[in-house]
Amino acid sequence: MRNSLAFTFAGEHLVARPSGALHWPAAGLLVVSDLHLGKSERIARRGGALLPPYEVADTLARLEDDIAATDPGAVICLGDTFDDMEAAAALPPATRDQLGRLTTGRDWTWITGNHDPAPTGLGGHAADGLTCGPIAFRHIAGDGADYEVSGHYHPKARLNIRGRAISRPCFLRDARRLIMPAYGTYTGGLRTRDRALADLMGTGARAILAGLPMVEIPMPR
Amino acid sequence: MNAEDLPPALADFFAARDWTLHPHQQELLARRDEPSLLLIAPTGGGKTLAGFLPTLVECADGHEGLHTLYISPLKALANDIRRNLAVPIEEAGLPIRVEDRTGDTSQTQRKRQRADPPQILLTTPESLALMISYPDAARTFAGLRRVVVDEIHALAENKRGDQLMLALSRLQTLAPGMRRVGLSATVDEPAVIAHYLARHPDPCPIVLADPGPPPDIAILETQDAPPWAGAGGRYAIPAVLEQVRRHNTTLIFHNTRAQAEIFFHNLWLANTDDLPIGIHHGALSKEARQRVERAMVEGQLKAIVATGSLDLGIDWGNVDLVIQVGAPKKVKQLVQRIGRANHRYNAPSKARLVPANRFEVLECHAALAAVRDGELDGDLRRDGPRDVLCQHIACIACAGDFNADALYREVTSVGPYSQLPRSDFDECLNFVATGGYALRAYDRYQRLKEREPGIWGLRDPRSARQIRMNLGTIIDTDTLKVRLKGRGGIPLGEIEEGFAATLTKGDTFLMGGQVVRYENMREMTVEVSPNPSKEPRIATYIGYKWTTSVQLAARIQSMLHTRDFGGLPSHTRYWLELQDEVSRMPEPGRLLIETFPRDGRHHVCLYGFAGRNAHQTLALLITKGMEEADLDPLGFVATDYATLIWGLKPVRDVAPFLQHEGIHAALESWLQGNAVMKRTFRASAIIAGLIDRNYPGKRTSGRQATFSSDILYDTLHRYDPDHLMLRITEEEAMRGHIDFGRVELLLQEVGDRIDQIDLDRVSPLAAPLFLEQGRVPIKGRAEGRLIQEEATRLMAEAGLSLE
Repeated sequence: MRNSLAFTFAGEHLVARPSGALHWPAAGLLVVSDLHLGKSERIARRGGALLPPYEVADTLARLEDDIAATDPGAVICLGDTFDDMEAAAALPPATRDQLGRLTTGRDWTWITGNHDPAPTGLGGHAADGLTCGPIAFRHIAGDGADYEVSGHYHPKARLNIRGRAISRPCFLRDARRLIMPAYGTYTGGLRTRDRALADLMGTGARAILAGLPMVEIPMPR
Repeated sequence: MNAEDLPPALADFFAARDWTLHPHQQELLARRDEPSLLLIAPTGGGKTLAGFLPTLVECADGHEGLHTLYISPLKALANDIRRNLAVPIEEAGLPIRVEDRTGDTSQTQRKRQRADPPQILLTTPESLALMISYPDAARTFAGLRRVVVDEIHALAENKRGDQLMLALSRLQTLAPGMRRVGLSATVDEPAVIAHYLARHPDPCPIVLADPGPPPDIAILETQDAPPWAGAGGRYAIPAVLEQVRRHNTTLIFHNTRAQAEIFFHNLWLANTDDLPIGIHHGALSKEARQRVERAMVEGQLKAIVATGSLDLGIDWGNVDLVIQVGAPKKVKQLVQRIGRANHRYNAPSKARLVPANRFEVLECHAALAAVRDGELDGDLRRDGPRDVLCQHIACIACAGDFNADALYREVTSVGPYSQLPRSDFDECLNFVATGGYALRAYDRYQRLKEREPGIWGLRDPRSARQIRMNLGTIIDTDTLKVRLKGRGGIPLGEIEEGFAATLTKGDTFLMGGQVVRYENMREMTVEVSPNPSKEPRIATYIGYKWTTSVQLAARIQSMLHTRDFGGLPSHTRYWLELQDEVSRMPEPGRLLIETFPRDGRHHVCLYGFAGRNAHQTLALLITKGMEEADLDPLGFVATDYATLIWGLKPVRDVAPFLQHEGIHAALESWLQGNAVMKRTFRASAIIAGLIDRNYPGKRTSGRQATFSSDILYDTLHRYDPDHLMLRITEEEAMRGHIDFGRVELLLQEVGDRIDQIDLDRVSPLAAPLFLEQGRVPIKGRAEGRLIQEEATRLMAEAGLSLE
């Protein structure tokens, strides 16, 4: 069963991983987006449901696995790493240590998201965006003037097989844009049929479904 | 008390109408001081008057404030009762106001009711839960004298009843003198319902009304034979129309909404005399339902096509015939549906059955035999589910701080919770307060705080709003509203979100008896236009998932085994003889397994006649074996008599998968990952308040804030496998879906007497299984293979290349 999916974007060879991470082997770069760490904490703080408080541990465990498998020299977190700044501040010490271990010895960039201005005291450095070779990395898709990798929308696609609907987070790509799925364990998704995504992606856009097996389909519209 | 002892105004009213009280009505009046009383009476036995008579008597000289609370499972029933009560109250000039309080009651009306309560308030379990969640509940209910629980047999079957009884325990504390009366249709075990109703350990005497004459009930004779597999009963339309012509008013019941829609559509096409016929089911808009209800009351309709939404005791119009299309899946349900016809005491009711396929002919015969023998099936739950208890604790907290000891005493005064250990209660309390996780992450944000030893209350009073919004135990699949396109488009009803997602512009489906065309989706509303010319795509939205009772399954098995085919029509005899010829008949003590290919899939069909839960478990056992042997199972569906499994490869020998020892342990991890458990978890998690219900209005059209409950389930399994919600899920699965004991017993009984017959096509007995609802997918390697195939096909179709 295929457990990663390679493709060419901006003339570069990229690999989509089933976890929702993107690997650029030639650049030694791993990209993840929308981790939303601390979401359950924020919901509880606001008087909502008390969800199982294990999503930070689960999200970071997957990130650790991806890093172990790809051994990247650089890592980009493409924004909305934390559900909000208070959630970042409320991380337990063990989790901060874990993040510290991951960032050590790597060129680690926290891209600013709409939920989190910039995490502090966690190692790595913050930036609004970053350009690496021909590709720009930013949280929210721009006007399409350059080759760009972004997050923010949490795209998910639905595939019907024999009356059974399978819905999975997905990567979306056309000639110029690549939109990443949300990496966090507790993140919902936006259907690719939604106007916000349909208007953004050009004709011939494709969706790469995260999870196993990894497959690519025409973007459902 | 005799009729002569009635207050003069009421006595005059009865005399003027020449009414005499039935014996059971007199008995309820005479014993009105009993703390609890259960009346068992057939439909049409004057149950409602029996229930209200003591109230009318006690309020005849005026009563300040709320006297009687009436609770029924259906809103429509409340409307009906209000109409019926209006006659004696107005004509006898009694100083009694009757009002209802349901989800449809306006905010202003609710406020007024709290300030100036009526003497009689009609409500539902959900609205009652909401009322006791308000801080002023103590004042509202302080003077309450009586509670009447109508159709208690129906409520006692599910969690709505558990919720209601917990609410009553709270009312009893607020109004210690409150007396309880339960009104029930005929049931097998009245004592179980009495235990349910009474404050534990109070006794609950049972009053049995005269059951009346036996019903006139038979299978409808038709010109054409029913199909082998088919669900709509379309073949019987000419015969049904003939019956409609000959009777005043006919009720035509269906087991699912989709079937009711299709039948109504075809009935209308065949209705050359333009007989006035309406349709009524729960997925139609309130306006559409009320229109039909009004026409029905005014006697304007010759027939009404309906589902369970009309099922319970609604007492209107001049119904003199009930037609049941599709086999009645429960004998009890059949008897109650028959009760709709000839709603007069001591007049036999008349019903005709229309089996939709040949297997249903068998089911109908078995059901008729059961009615003749007076054997009703019931599977009442006896111990209260803990997800409902969690919700109740949160609900009580909304009304104000509470003492945990006192609440525990209150809860154990409820029959189904009377054996609840304190430790189980404390676990639920801890879950509501802190989430109950091994990792204590929410100390700062606990939902409940222990303010002083034993006294608990909401940490943040604003969370009451969220708790109230999630009250109730009915778990709906997510639905979307359907409207006619255009400004101020008429609301037509609802369809399931999953069905809506498969629609593309131009697709047609049936809604309220008309064919409509899908136009677009706007703000979570499906917009359609009328399209009378095209054949509809079949609507997949369903009403209830009915299952046959285990008792009926056993009767059918014995009919098959003894070849007791004498009473069957010749077409069904022929069909059974064919089964005998191409395969064989199932026998007690042996297990018949058929395998055959169909639609590019390989099927395995087992006839266990052991009930749906046992068959579901059996299917899990076999699919696990198949997955391990690389036989690519894809899914299964279970009924009370058989289970059908399909996959990508043929199964040459099923027997090795049927080991009968240690099934529970063997299935542990396979079960965990299965859709049955995930569905069960979702329902319990919503009831217990772990996840919010999805309200259509609340859902944003932008990024969804919600994520699937499967993720929570998987996360809990990985990081907190002993968590209370997982244990509740297992408890609920064991009582609702999984039955290890029955399977072990069956396999022991069968031993090696397994008959596997390999066929080249579907057998007569297996054919009806292809129509069953409730298919369970298997998430295994086969699914992955199909995903890859479909992705390749889609890419080729779109002209996109794979790299």
